[in-house]
Amino acid sequence: MRVSNADKSAFPAWAACCALAAASLAGPAHAADEGKRFGFGTPATEEQIAGWNIDIGPDGENLPPGSGTVAQGKQIYESACMACHGAKGEGGMGDRLVGGMGTLTSDKPVKTIGSFWPYATTLFDYIRRAMPLMAPQSLSNDEVYAVTGYLLHLNGIVKEDATLDAQTLREIRMPNRDGFVDDARPDVKHPACMKDCPGAL
Amino acid sequence: MRHAPAPGPADHRQDDDTAIAPAGRDDAEPDRRRFLRRSGALVGAAAAATATGALAQQASAPAAEGSALPPNVPPWMKVQGAPTGGELYGKPSAFEKHVVRHLRPTDKQYFSSSTRTPLQELDGIITPNGLFYERHHGGVPAIDPAQHRLMIHGLVERPLIFTMDELRRFPSETHIYFLECSGNPGFNVYGKTAAEANGLVSCAEWTGVPLKTVLREVGLKPEAKWVVAEGADAAAMTRSVPIEKCLDDALLVYSQNGERLRPEQGYPLRLLLPGYEGNMSIKWLRRLHVTDKPYYTREETSKYTDLMPDGRARKFSFYMEAKSIITAPSGGQKLMGKGFYEIRGIAWSGHGKITKVDVSVDGGRNWQEATLQEPVLTRAITRFRLPWEWDGTPTVIVSRATDETGYVQPTLEELIEARGKNSFYHNNAMTPWRIAETGEVTNARL
Repeated sequence: MRVSNADKSAFPAWAACCALAAASLAGPAHAADEGKRFGFGTPATEEQIAGWNIDIGPDGENLPPGSGTVAQGKQIYESACMACHGAKGEGGMGDRLVGGMGTLTSDKPVKTIGSFWPYATTLFDYIRRAMPLMAPQSLSNDEVYAVTGYLLHLNGIVKEDATLDAQTLREIRMPNRDGFVDDARPDVKHPACMKDCPGAL
Repeated sequence: MRHAPAPGPADHRQDDDTAIAPAGRDDAEPDRRRFLRRSGALVGAAAAATATGALAQQASAPAAEGSALPPNVPPWMKVQGAPTGGELYGKPSAFEKHVVRHLRPTDKQYFSSSTRTPLQELDGIITPNGLFYERHHGGVPAIDPAQHRLMIHGLVERPLIFTMDELRRFPSETHIYFLECSGNPGFNVYGKTAAEANGLVSCAEWTGVPLKTVLREVGLKPEAKWVVAEGADAAAMTRSVPIEKCLDDALLVYSQNGERLRPEQGYPLRLLLPGYEGNMSIKWLRRLHVTDKPYYTREETSKYTDLMPDGRARKFSFYMEAKSIITAPSGGQKLMGKGFYEIRGIAWSGHGKITKVDVSVDGGRNWQEATLQEPVLTRAITRFRLPWEWDGTPTVIVSRATDETGYVQPTLEELIEARGKNSFYHNNAMTPWRIAETGEVTNARL
């Protein structure tokens, strides 16, 4: 951590002290640890972070307390989701959510929650943050668990009498869990011929 | 050399009533007629703008034709013009009303939708802010910057909340970078114009604070490997970004082309990840969650993954590979007969600088190296040009870009050979334009 004399007036002395202390504790693990700090920003409290952090990890990290049943989810779906996604998740103005199992290698793959999504936790995360379209972040955690359970049930992944909570949701293994691979590009090598080239357009 | 007359107000009323503005949402008119009318309008504007004046003027004669031309003195020299200050935020000429973003008329709804930059109408490498392409997933939020905050938390020594004033206090940088949607243009969308075919790309000069400067402020813990970025829109758009990119050239930008970001581009704060697919440059940025793993959000699993023929999908396919497109002559325009034309276009690569652009005027049989216009910048749009004498016979013109890694832009057939037809994202194939004996230019893939 370098702090030159010329820089001292730009930020309070306490910031430099904190910076030096933090740097010595954390060690130079990242390039970002090098260089100066400015002392800008306000500490974020646990409560403030909890109010904003709605990210759910693929391992279920940060799933909130609460629960909901498939039956409750059906009711919520029919009042809040069905208009766009169809009576049974077949799609409409919104994406198709159900079916398509075994189609990914076909000429017309149908990518749905059941056929494509690798993590059930993502379903909870996405519904809570972005759905229903005209009222995002309006469902309670119990409601999100319930409608997540109903959509998993429509895809044949949980039973009709299932109750979803943090524990049961993180234990679900989606059918396409292993269907994703790393980016293999560059995967095309154009010959860059200049004269009398074959395969003209 | 013939200069086509500038289109008059009467022509523009006609344009406004047809496909040009507002952006072709009127489907009632048959495609063919609309296309012809539009091509006339586009060509009129192109002819007025070009020094050669070589493109045909098809639109009907303007109302004031003749009265402004030699030997007459133009009427606008005989009266005072509009008073100073009539437009305290200036607008383009009323004669440029057709130069707007292209909105597809067939989307199911317009909260999650897109508009395309009218590439065929633009010169240079900078996209005007009002014409920068849009891709929103939950509409455009109206954010009061005084109420906007950026929270950084997770695997950090000091979770912090920043105001916009605080973010603007950090040392700033300015860079020119392109942004391109990875769905530009998909594998089965062949637009009639350059905008429709490839208009989900734009380029701007961005100003902000390097993300690494702000990450230094919070202090990364050694186990920090990814940053989950979230927008303050109704989609709460969320993407996982590798820490290496965050500590490289990532920026937190608040200005674009010298002025504050437009609402459509993330006002008041946007993450800017040069060379990465546009979706990851999170708009309306409000939170950075430092983690030890990617979060497999909906937008990096269900969407923005590339399905291969074996049924598996490529994930975290971040980079936009080298690409180019001829913007003049391009689809919807019309040549006015044989003779000289300057072939003009743009090229870009997420992997760095463009080193070479080849152009073929015989459908890919033979190629010539185009001239690159300075500045040639890393991860920015580069202009290319090639002088051309058209002999009046039908042909196909096409460009292909090479970047500093040696990668050469492929054909669509080569991409399909490698990836099948259902990978959707990252189609960086060449765009061939067919020129008919009449001079009409159309997408050779249609």
